[in-house]
Amino acid sequence: MKRYATVGLLLALLLGVTVWMTSKGSVGIFKMFSAMKIVSATLKHVQIVAAAEALAIVIGIPIGFLTTRRAFRFISPVLIGIANVGQTVPTLAFIGIAGVVLGMGYNAAVIALFVYAILPIIRNTYAGILSVDPAVKEAAQGMGMSKWQVTSKVELPLARPVIMAGIRTSAVVNVGTAAVAGMIGAGGLGVLIMTGLAVRVMPIVIQGAAPTAALAIALDALLGGLEEWMTPRGLKVLKRAQWQQQ
Amino acid sequence: MIRLEHVGKTFSDGTEAVKDLNLEIKEGEFCVLLGPSGCGKTTTMKMINRLISLTAGKIYIDGVDIYKLDQNQLRRGIGYAIQNIGLFPHLTVWQNIATVPMLKKWPKAKQRARAEELLELVGMDSGTFIDRYPSELSGGQQQRVGVARCLGADPPILLMDEPFGAIDPITRNKLQEEFLKIQAKIKKTIAFVTHDINEAIKMGDRIALMREGELVQFSDPSTLLSSPKDEFVRNFVGADRVLKGLRLLKAKDVMKEPPLTVKVGEDPMQVKARMEKDNLQWSMLTEDGGRFLGWITRDDLHESKRISGIITPPSVTASPDTPLNEALSLMFNSAIGTLAILDDEERLVGVVSFQIIRDVLGQQAGEAQTEPCGEEQ
Repeated sequence: MKRYATVGLLLALLLGVTVWMTSKGSVGIFKMFSAMKIVSATLKHVQIVAAAEALAIVIGIPIGFLTTRRAFRFISPVLIGIANVGQTVPTLAFIGIAGVVLGMGYNAAVIALFVYAILPIIRNTYAGILSVDPAVKEAAQGMGMSKWQVTSKVELPLARPVIMAGIRTSAVVNVGTAAVAGMIGAGGLGVLIMTGLAVRVMPIVIQGAAPTAALAIALDALLGGLEEWMTPRGLKVLKRAQWQQQ
Repeated sequence: MIRLEHVGKTFSDGTEAVKDLNLEIKEGEFCVLLGPSGCGKTTTMKMINRLISLTAGKIYIDGVDIYKLDQNQLRRGIGYAIQNIGLFPHLTVWQNIATVPMLKKWPKAKQRARAEELLELVGMDSGTFIDRYPSELSGGQQQRVGVARCLGADPPILLMDEPFGAIDPITRNKLQEEFLKIQAKIKKTIAFVTHDINEAIKMGDRIALMREGELVQFSDPSTLLSSPKDEFVRNFVGADRVLKGLRLLKAKDVMKEPPLTVKVGEDPMQVKARMEKDNLQWSMLTEDGGRFLGWITRDDLHESKRISGIITPPSVTASPDTPLNEALSLMFNSAIGTLAILDDEERLVGVVSFQIIRDVLGQQAGEAQTEPCGEEQ
């Protein structure tokens, strides 16, 4: 509960600052962005993130899962290597490269974000499925579960918290990367930040930056709650027991 | 009934884990697959439920080739318990136990009722434990749930791979004994893998001793101990195999009548005379109903003393079902030469002495020497 109080306070603060800056109307010769403009930029931002993230989830989980299967084991080191190395590329550099390779515009930006967002999902799905105790899987098979039942009743429920953590990391990073993607014509809150920076008016920068931060914090809290909710109760008990032993 | 005919397994890397194995486990028989690690015992067991596929030969269950059956249906008809237990951590105790009933799509209420029944069978209070998660149980309790789970849909056959392996010796001993009692009731056909000769002797109706993928000897425990087929078997069962044989005998199998029993009200001097006549240093005192009170030494008997005043109470006693190895260690522990055997109502039913045990050991050792080695199965 304490966590949510902190989150609420931060969100109130960020939104307050945004409203305050917007209420200035203008700074010197520069007009501030209107409230309408901020709302539409925020919605655009959410749209980009949601599109890229949805694609990353729908494609990333099956890929992560398949890399754990014996038939695909041969490519898993390569794929997981790429997923790990890929995440070390700074977002700014990544978006720069994507702009050169994919060109400008909304679609190019979504594809770039998708590629960046899928990496932690693949990696966590892979790690989550592999972390399932082989004895548990053997027992499941030995009692006559079909391959699909072993996956749906045992492997996925046990890997779910780890997969959810991957989605959460991916989504939160995605909000920030989407701001940078404003550079290659994605639209969204990044445009506000860059405009402010170009004319060196900090209140305008804040008009874009504060809602971006608020979005990331809100999404993190939301997905954190979802992760908690989706973790099977037996695993929470297990974690608590392990924690107490330490 | 499970029949293995010329069964072989060669893994893809060329290792021959099992070679031309012939084995028949009878209906209701507790068959132990025994051997050092790497002897192919677990591979053999896992071939019965097709977790490992055969590369040679056939396996029949009740006369039906197991490869004629659907793999998952076959497995749902065979209970399976393993050393690492492999309970599902995200499911409750009852959901774990009801895994196979769930797969067989029993109604929910019936699944839960079955889980309750099985929990009680393995000695756990269903009210307390049924809704717990595996991580909330001790190691011994998890093993019990593992055993309950393999009985889930009441399969006629059980495959057990060192199911009591991962727990402390005291709990293991207790679980072994309880499981034997359960087996006496449910009479499953069991293939039980272990590397522990003591466990094998204790649990098995018959023991299949394996080495390097081959069946070396397949016989009941006492034959295995008394007539090991070759050097390997002799070494595996150990130099103390004659002593191990004591485990197979119970006090009631060898106990004798007490040399002299005395009732509380008897006259001390008459008793003394009887003891002198038989040249006995001690006698055993019982109540009228036969309840054992203790020992009387000849030197303590005196005109002026009543018998009830000179009793030495028993420091240790045993029941007719006490295995002889335990009886012997009880006698060593309390430095007595004769052990009183009492029934449930503490009535004296017989005695076991060093002399008796020595005779039994002599017989066993004699058998081992005179019986021809290499008997055919």
